[in-house]
Amino acid sequence: MSGSQPLRLAAGGRIDRGRPLGFAFDGRPYQGYAGDTLASALLANGVRVVGRSFKFHRPRGVLSAGVEESNALVTIGEGGRLEPNVRATLLPLSEGLRARSQNAWPGVRFDLRRTADLVHGMLPPAFYHKTFKWPGWHWYEAAIRRSAGLGPARSDADPDWYDACNGTCDILVVGGGPAGLAAALEAAETGARVWLIEQDREFGGSVLQEAVGAAAEQNIWLVGIVSRLQSMPNVRLLPRTTCVGIYDHGVVAAVERRSDATDGAAPILRERYWRIRTRRIVLATGAIEQPALFANNDLPGVMLAGAVRQYLNRYAVACGRIVAVVTSDDGAYRTALDLAAAGVTVAAIVDSRASANGDLPQLARARGLAIYRSTHVIRAEGRSRVRALSVAPPDSSPVRIRCDVVAMSSGWQPALHLYCHAGGKLRYDEERKCLLPKEGPEHVRVTGAAAGVAPSIPGVSESVRGRTDTRRHPSGEAASRSWVDFQHDVTVTDLEIAVRENYVSVEHLKRYTTTGMSIDQGKTSNLNALTLLARLTDRSIPETGTTTFRPPFTPVTLGAIAAGRTGRFYRPTRELPTHELQVELGASVEEFGGWQRPIAYPRAGEGLDAAIEREVRTVRSAVGVFEASPLGKILVRGPDAAQYLDRIYANTMSSLAPGQSRYGLMLNEKGVIIDDGVCSRIGEQEFWVSTTSGGAVRIANWLDEWLQCEWPTLRVVTTPVTSQWATVTVAGPKARAVLQALATDIDLSPQAFPHLSARYGQLSGFECHLFRVSFSGELSYEIDLPADGAEDLWRAILAAGAEHGIAPFGIEALMTMRIEKGFLHVGSDTDGATVPDDVGFGAVVRKKQSDFIGRRSLSVAENLRTDRMQFIGLRAVDEKRPLIAGAHLVDKTTAGYVTSACHSPTLGRSIGLGLLRRGRARIGERVRVFDNGTECVAEVVPPTQYDAEGARLRG
Amino acid sequence: MRAPPPASRIRPADMLRIRCPWCGLRDETEFAYGGEAHIERPPDDSSDAAWAEYLYFRRNVKGIVFERWQHARGCRQWFNVARDNVTHVIQAVYRNDEPKPPVGDGEERL
Repeated sequence: MSGSQPLRLAAGGRIDRGRPLGFAFDGRPYQGYAGDTLASALLANGVRVVGRSFKFHRPRGVLSAGVEESNALVTIGEGGRLEPNVRATLLPLSEGLRARSQNAWPGVRFDLRRTADLVHGMLPPAFYHKTFKWPGWHWYEAAIRRSAGLGPARSDADPDWYDACNGTCDILVVGGGPAGLAAALEAAETGARVWLIEQDREFGGSVLQEAVGAAAEQNIWLVGIVSRLQSMPNVRLLPRTTCVGIYDHGVVAAVERRSDATDGAAPILRERYWRIRTRRIVLATGAIEQPALFANNDLPGVMLAGAVRQYLNRYAVACGRIVAVVTSDDGAYRTALDLAAAGVTVAAIVDSRASANGDLPQLARARGLAIYRSTHVIRAEGRSRVRALSVAPPDSSPVRIRCDVVAMSSGWQPALHLYCHAGGKLRYDEERKCLLPKEGPEHVRVTGAAAGVAPSIPGVSESVRGRTDTRRHPSGEAASRSWVDFQHDVTVTDLEIAVRENYVSVEHLKRYTTTGMSIDQGKTSNLNALTLLARLTDRSIPETGTTTFRPPFTPVTLGAIAAGRTGRFYRPTRELPTHELQVELGASVEEFGGWQRPIAYPRAGEGLDAAIEREVRTVRSAVGVFEASPLGKILVRGPDAAQYLDRIYANTMSSLAPGQSRYGLMLNEKGVIIDDGVCSRIGEQEFWVSTTSGGAVRIANWLDEWLQCEWPTLRVVTTPVTSQWATVTVAGPKARAVLQALATDIDLSPQAFPHLSARYGQLSGFECHLFRVSFSGELSYEIDLPADGAEDLWRAILAAGAEHGIAPFGIEALMTMRIEKGFLHVGSDTDGATVPDDVGFGAVVRKKQSDFIGRRSLSVAENLRTDRMQFIGLRAVDEKRPLIAGAHLVDKTTAGYVTSACHSPTLGRSIGLGLLRRGRARIGERVRVFDNGTECVAEVVPPTQYDAEGARLRG
Repeated sequence: MRAPPPASRIRPADMLRIRCPWCGLRDETEFAYGGEAHIERPPDDSSDAAWAEYLYFRRNVKGIVFERWQHARGCRQWFNVARDNVTHVIQAVYRNDEPKPPVGDGEERL
């Protein structure tokens, strides 16, 4: 063993001694080799304490060699690449890796917060929730929050990227150990498309725990089968990929780690989220060794026996100099034998069984190793690392065994999480003292150690044998120092307390003690907890039951789940047909209803509010032009189109003559307004239905659904054309003059083209629909033309309007004007209960004789009440106090809401619209407006506060 | 109506895929769900209770449910599906103008 890396063996292992790597842990430099994990390299360097426990800040060392690691959680990376809670047992060592311990202050070797351990009796399970009752959590909650936990979260943006891939195969094998490799080969030889996913960088699974020797049969077998699989074109191998969940119907999710590099400026592809659809799944996920319960079983140096063996054989690392093996199983004897063969002192094998006569114990005896039988462990001794083990042989006083590593095993639990995700049920096997698959869906098969069966490969005999009663249950003082869940710091006493407090259902026990709820999801604690609970409540394990396993099997980063759909790619950006022109015109563009739209067009030196005010004045006094393309447009055509629209709208459309338009409300079957808009008859059997911008897709679907499902015999075709047609609105007293200056064959005179009518013809060289529709309250034309002509038409209009002072106007100006006119905005001024009468449309709708969607609901008692919320206008009494949308209108209690509000340049004060109980009867009254602690007064007025007669509209 | 495949031939890949009557077997993400099928719109002179039943009450079955689905990201046609809501196996897919298939009633559970 060399000076640096004092616990690295001189020979052996699968590491590459030709490639030494430098790394740092908590600022101290160390050396390891390519092929190491961070954990193996730390162990090789004699680093014992790698973290501090969650609650009590007890020193912790590496426990395992795999995915079940509960203690060795570290933080790597800086800034946007910071990654907390990385399991050191899975992190491949790389040159320059800088890892830091977590949850310790000032440092992991000396953590002041260990004082929590001194008062552990005051921190029983659920103490935290009890602190919320008494004395007064405000003054200590923040401190508790800070002192418990795992690693920190990053706050900088992640520079790296993630992607997602879909895959399809016939057979998916999860787990590249001996059973998985054999299953994959067998399946591949039938010609099926086989995928094999393995979480480690290398295939081999349990074979990688065997001593490496060129002649070793297992290794030859391994090399052979892997190269055979690699050569087959119907096989796909995915190492470094963890299967995280099995979902319904053959859909499997897996995360592939593409790169672990934490430095370098260039962004890298870090992880890939696989969504694989397969016909059959073979689970060869192996088994996880379980810890033994004894006092101080969480000390650094107390490790799982199989892990000690893996560090020895795979990484050439002796975890210590004197090893005591604690077991109730023949398998751990392998650890003792391999250690002894490598020259590490085996202090003793402490076997809880009365007799152990298998091959392995016999070999151990032959080698002269000390074996204690029928002996259980009292406690491990040591403060920041294990120094001795105190055991109780039968008929003898306790013996103190000096050691610096305890390799413990209380058996193996097959990893059946994925099996349960897929709907598999488990049974408790009395002989093997673990849970095994019972029955599951027919497309999922479990094989190998995961099924409790030894794989049949040369040289490896069955490891799991029957045991006697193994899991001794420490009691008294020892129980409070015997750890069940290392990661959440849950002891045997905690479970006893939970049971005493009557949390005896396994679901309650889990949540009350938090055992099995940390990021390791109970991989090394669930079985012990279950066994304990059964014993404490005097039930059998099957009666006690298990909790449900749900995806993900291991933590999955949000980056992998998002797979690139972040920032600009979170949602597709929808730009208007004249987007570039709008930007050229100085538009301030924001997302509005899913589209990138001009809010206003502030000029140099002009603030947004000033711009909005100027635009309103321009439209009211001269003329403005507006990009209205997102407005929903649906063509409804056919012999039955008129009759169909009568059923869709709450008012009558069949009475429209060609060229006429009418404003309509659409209701759902509850009578509630779901959309409004102008419907125009553009032909005998052709209607142009206009919806709100936000309702364009929704209403198109609505129309389709009723036609297909309720009225399939109507001869109607609906065609959404929202994106194909651009809409240009020209509004203002000079609007007609501007259009007349363009070449057109349409008679624009007021008599020939009155308000709420539709014409079709040439305008400036384009074939257009023109609709006299107004949302601003001024003379207004909505011009619809194929979208690719919109920019040219805009330029022509701006040119023609220049002499009249034309200016483009944005959403805010339009909203201001429509509020002045009292025009409703469905979804803002209406809610989930608003019916036509509430907004003053009752008379129109009551006149209609024929059936329409929602009609029956309008005569239901609730919709006939006289104290309903009614649509009204509001005018701030104090011109300096603004009304805010969302404010409450208050009598003794809330009587209504401000639903829209703006500063009105036309009226010189803040105005709004609202819903108020018995609102129409209260016109003329004043009402208190309450918003977030401040109050003002508003007058209740009719909604139309500008041009009530509508003379400007109809000009 | 396409007969349901015999149980032995129901493979997992069939289930979260839906066989659109016009387009064939497509992934569930192409479809939109439309609630309970075969709800009859009552005439406009129905009682308040009957109308409320139509608006708000739905069957709550454990077992075979009859649902409406639309191939929203494909042909945009609506059709019906008989699905086992425990195992998610789709027992039948049938058009709006086809009769409800005799695939067994689920037990009503309230």
